[in-house]
Amino acid sequence: MIQPFADWLVYSIFGIDAATPLGVAVNFFVYDTIKIIILLFCISFVMGIINAYFPIERLRQYLTTHKLYGLDYFMAALFGGITPFCSCSSVPLFIGFVKGGIPLGVTLTFLIASPLVSEVAIAMFLGSFGVKATLIYVISGTVLSMIAGYILGRMRLEPYLSDWVKNAQMQSNAQSERWEVEKTPFLKRLPTITKESWGIVRGVLLYIIIGIGIGAAMHGYVPEGFFEQYLSSENWWGVPLAVVLAVPMYANPASVVPVIEVFVAKGIPLGTAIAFMMAIIGLSIPEATMLKKVMTWRLIGIFFGVVTLLIIISGYLFNWIL
Amino acid sequence: MEVKVLGPGCAKCKTAYNVVEKVIKENNLDVVLTKVDDIMEMMSYNILSTPAIVVDSEVKIKGRVPSENEIKELLGL
Repeated sequence: MIQPFADWLVYSIFGIDAATPLGVAVNFFVYDTIKIIILLFCISFVMGIINAYFPIERLRQYLTTHKLYGLDYFMAALFGGITPFCSCSSVPLFIGFVKGGIPLGVTLTFLIASPLVSEVAIAMFLGSFGVKATLIYVISGTVLSMIAGYILGRMRLEPYLSDWVKNAQMQSNAQSERWEVEKTPFLKRLPTITKESWGIVRGVLLYIIIGIGIGAAMHGYVPEGFFEQYLSSENWWGVPLAVVLAVPMYANPASVVPVIEVFVAKGIPLGTAIAFMMAIIGLSIPEATMLKKVMTWRLIGIFFGVVTLLIIISGYLFNWIL
Repeated sequence: MEVKVLGPGCAKCKTAYNVVEKVIKENNLDVVLTKVDDIMEMMSYNILSTPAIVVDSEVKIKGRVPSENEIKELLGL
């Protein structure tokens, strides 16, 4: 339904020839922008509903009061994915979890999953690569967060937390949490949820347009197979190179995915692209500086090292199975 | 009345602060508005996500940017 609209708008109304690079680029831009905005709105809406009933406080409460024998890693990864956060919430969250007596490994799982699997990333992936790639992305993001958190948890890293977090941990009062359920009926919540979903779309709209704009330009003008000579799956260093380049960078997934989509269309293996994407949104220098408040550099180094390594491994794995 | 906006300084926290500030100014309210960006102080309110709005040392809104109407309600308008 969107494709005929894009065709009609670009070829009939704008009068651009479908056979020209400009026609291809503009059509791609119109089609992708509309599709992704609709997807993002729907996904944010669903996540908003889930969040209204399972706020993060409830998760913490649950994790602190139940013995889950490993399932807590899964819960942390899952909720990290579906809870939308402003990046700077990661520090209060981290402290809140640690204070509540939740193990460091589980807390780190949450911290890794939260940016890695997000409503924006899912919408962009779904719009650009389809259901199969999105499922691979979401499942591997969740599993990777769990494994990374588990490994880090086993490394006994508590001594490398910054001093005042250790103090907070000591005073951990198992949270006689006064967490009260909001008793607003569902129908009354709908307007708020709708507004918030729209807010999420509006917040990243500019990034979507920039990302799709660049993607569209490349789509129209970069020749097929252009990148293949540099980053094909036969080059064993393709994945680590993509990941190492991406770790220090941060970009909004809304901007990155459309560009990666074109990379893939022009010959880069999907596994390398997914690994690149994970490294961009999962780890970044701004995040490291934020974590400095709660961790020593040494712990940040170990944290980044383990996650980077796992992203590289999953990149190889995808290239191999896909 | 005392209102605090808690947030380490991300875009959402600034927006939240601006919304509260706007409501206070427009209605000429006698409210002491402060921005809290110190994490230690923030944590004493036991919040997990920012921005958060604290009215007279009670956390009223957390993890999202409130609308002007919500703030008006919180401030008793």
